[in-house]
Amino acid sequence: MKPVLAVEDLTVTIDTRRGPARAVAGVDWAVRPGETLALVGESGSGKSMSVLAATGLAPRTARVSGRIHLLDTELTGLPEQRRRRLRGRHVGFVFQDPMTSLNPVLTVGRQVVEAAQEHLGLTRRAARSRAVELLDLVGIPSAGQRVDAYPHQFSGGMRQRVVIAMALACEPDLLIADEPTTALDVTTQAQIVELVADLQRRLGTAVVWITHDLGVVAGIADTVAVMYAGRILEQGPVDAVFGAPSHPYTRALLAARPDPAAGDADLVTIAGAPPSPLDLPPGCAFWPRCPVRGDARCEHEMPPLVPVSAGHQVRTFYPQATDRRD
Amino acid sequence: MINRDGQLGRALSALRRDPLALTGSLVLVVLVVVGVGGAWLAPSGINEVDVDRMLQPPSWAHPFGTDELGRDVLSRVMVAARVSLQVGLVSVGIALTVGVTLGLFAGYYRGWLDNVVMRCMDVLFAFPVLLLAVAIVAVLGPGLLTAMVAIGVVYTPIFARVTRAGVLSVREQVFVRAAVSVGASDLRIMRRHVLPNIAAPLIVQTSLSLAFAILSEAALSFLGLGVQPPDPAWGRMLFDGRGFVTEAWWLGVFPGAAIFLTVLAFNLVGDALRDVLDPRQLTVNEARRSTS
Amino acid sequence: MARFVIRRLLQSAVVLLGVTLVVFLLLQLVPGDPVRVALGTRFDPQTYEALRARAGLDQPLVVQYFDYLRRALTGDLGVSFRSGRPVTAIVLERLPATLSLAVTAVLFAVVIAFPLGIVSAIRSGSLVDHAARVFSQFGVSVPDFWMGIMAILLFSGVLGWLPPSGYVALTEDPGRWASHVALPAATVGLVTASILTRFVRSSMLEVLSEDYVRTAEAKGLRTRVVVLRHVLRNALIPVVTVVAVQLASLLGGVIVIEVLFAWPGIGRLTYDAVAARDYPVLQGAVLLVAALFLLVNLVVDILYARLDPRITVK
Repeated sequence: MKPVLAVEDLTVTIDTRRGPARAVAGVDWAVRPGETLALVGESGSGKSMSVLAATGLAPRTARVSGRIHLLDTELTGLPEQRRRRLRGRHVGFVFQDPMTSLNPVLTVGRQVVEAAQEHLGLTRRAARSRAVELLDLVGIPSAGQRVDAYPHQFSGGMRQRVVIAMALACEPDLLIADEPTTALDVTTQAQIVELVADLQRRLGTAVVWITHDLGVVAGIADTVAVMYAGRILEQGPVDAVFGAPSHPYTRALLAARPDPAAGDADLVTIAGAPPSPLDLPPGCAFWPRCPVRGDARCEHEMPPLVPVSAGHQVRTFYPQATDRRD
Repeated sequence: MINRDGQLGRALSALRRDPLALTGSLVLVVLVVVGVGGAWLAPSGINEVDVDRMLQPPSWAHPFGTDELGRDVLSRVMVAARVSLQVGLVSVGIALTVGVTLGLFAGYYRGWLDNVVMRCMDVLFAFPVLLLAVAIVAVLGPGLLTAMVAIGVVYTPIFARVTRAGVLSVREQVFVRAAVSVGASDLRIMRRHVLPNIAAPLIVQTSLSLAFAILSEAALSFLGLGVQPPDPAWGRMLFDGRGFVTEAWWLGVFPGAAIFLTVLAFNLVGDALRDVLDPRQLTVNEARRSTS
Repeated sequence: MARFVIRRLLQSAVVLLGVTLVVFLLLQLVPGDPVRVALGTRFDPQTYEALRARAGLDQPLVVQYFDYLRRALTGDLGVSFRSGRPVTAIVLERLPATLSLAVTAVLFAVVIAFPLGIVSAIRSGSLVDHAARVFSQFGVSVPDFWMGIMAILLFSGVLGWLPPSGYVALTEDPGRWASHVALPAATVGLVTASILTRFVRSSMLEVLSEDYVRTAEAKGLRTRVVVLRHVLRNALIPVVTVVAVQLASLLGGVIVIEVLFAWPGIGRLTYDAVAARDYPVLQGAVLLVAALFLLVNLVVDILYARLDPRITVK
């Protein structure tokens, strides 16, 4: 099946006051209809930026290169005008914080159907009933009344449902969920994950799920790509990556996963910090924190992405090595 | 805890880097020199009336021309610099001292004191700046001293508000509570711990207020309520010359340009200071820069 | 909402009470006997006693104040020391001139500042942005009466397009009113515009960085729609306050401009009252202006609450 969205050799460089910062460096991934791709990494790993750049939402100071295919269209070099229409019509977005991603002075109903009015030319009356329908779809009780309420009249979880309804307004082929549960409390998190999974089954939408929470990934993703300092370190079918994690970073992430019974989602506890995107090392960016610690090659030479099994690739010189425990 | 030298150091180095602020600072230096030494530096006496030389356009002898009484405009503009600076400094000094004291006590003790003080400030805030200044001067009688007092009173509430807001955010911080817990006296805590930490917004406010105070002084003296003749003041010179400007443009241009440059210089320095010291400071000031 | 309105009303009432006290005390601060000072060379014992009695100056201070307050509440602000006419009438007849000047100036300012501030925020760092910043720095620093003099010099002296000063009522001859109001309104308006431009720009920049603007962009809306529907509405809510504060301060604050352009409004009245030591008229003008100022602020706060749905619920 042809991918809904695919990027090849995607590179994003952001011009900052202190020089160019390479946020994404030569990334390839694809998501097929009905599938869920999980992009996993710490903040600043380039997971969000690669998606924003692919859909034309990168900041104005960002330079984007590589090939981006959305459905049958090559997006690179396309005028913003055309990209904008594709973006609203075929891709829906759910952002991290539902408290800030809704406009406080417009009713939720208006915001939910805005994209449909823009791209599908809905009449005023049709728009309203569509808004009620969408709010109902995402499980907002008494949607017929709530459609005229303002965002501040909703709880965080309910707002995120509104945002999801908004993203689905044009029945997009692809839903991009950028850490949609991070800002919510634990029980609400589970409800939102369940809601998206359910909607995906019913509507057949492809999903790119951006997260640092591997627990979520195991439950909903078909494929997973682990990113670090702007590059993919490991990617493949979720069973393969979780069953046989081949990159020391992936293993560290899995090991740092909290006990689900303990509940707390705050996980990554690998010593050290990722390098600055302003000053990336020539070799493997994870080398300073790596528990395998190969040789000087790791420090000076970028490991290639090599296959370990069907569709499962890893960027390391030592795919078979075991971690040292100091 | 932010240290005071660090703030001043940062402010100074920022001024050096910002070309606009640097220009503003240079203008201020020139202004101070002229203000202090105006009477000696001026090419002619300020009250040398000469009916043969009335309303002469700018020339080598009189670079800014002469006025309706034949007096040298350049000399008068130079000597008047002192008045503007003096009124600016003294009135802002009054506003700063009174406003900071009130704001400090109101914010530190809260309760009824806070309520009374801030309601009084609200009352003063209910008058347009210049109107209140005019009313005060009208009652006390026109002159240099009353102009300074009037402008000082008018700008006091801004300092009280800025100070109080700062105190409220500082007083709950650890080092203040620590000082309280070891039994330091209130006055000592205010002086040693609170004031240094709200210095940034106050420095910015002072510099911007100087600009507005000088504008207010010019407006008052334009209305004849500032320095009394024959002493020159920029605003007064504009008022006296306004009937002649169509024949003698220099009477309108030069004193006004002097006010403009002075105010601009204080504003440029103030803006640069704000960018460094207190980028989020509310711009109450600009809203209060009312027209005259 | 109702509770919010009531609380703001009470607050304003307290402040207004303070204002009356200040205005009342103005007269007490006059060194010497204000009536004698005001009469000057026109002194005659009979007028003097009549004016003193009318102003209540023979009573104890506290009694005088409550008397003043009581009469002020019924619209009686005393009589002019000069003409003997009621102050209320004198002040009110000046209101239309000031009102028409202030409103025109604010409209002028809004027409300049809104587009300029909006464009300079959206195209931040562009030529327009730099121009806007130079303009606003100029406007905040320039003495408006100097700009007025320069405007008279240019448009009236050199070009001869507009009258240098004077006033014609709007109701009398709109065309001539317009030609007379143009220079003073533009002068005041330019200064106001420069202040407003800063506020519009910074408010726009703040909203442009909000998450919901990215949400709107993610919907694939046209830039124009994003700006008009999502950015502008939120950015202009705080700006409304500033516009109103400006309007309010123009209603009583344009003394110098009214003097310069011989515009017979409240500012000019204040100036004349000061020159003539006509203290009751000065008090009346100051009180009216402060009351108007408070009223405008009150209306704005309520308007603000209407514009921002978040406030109504709190």
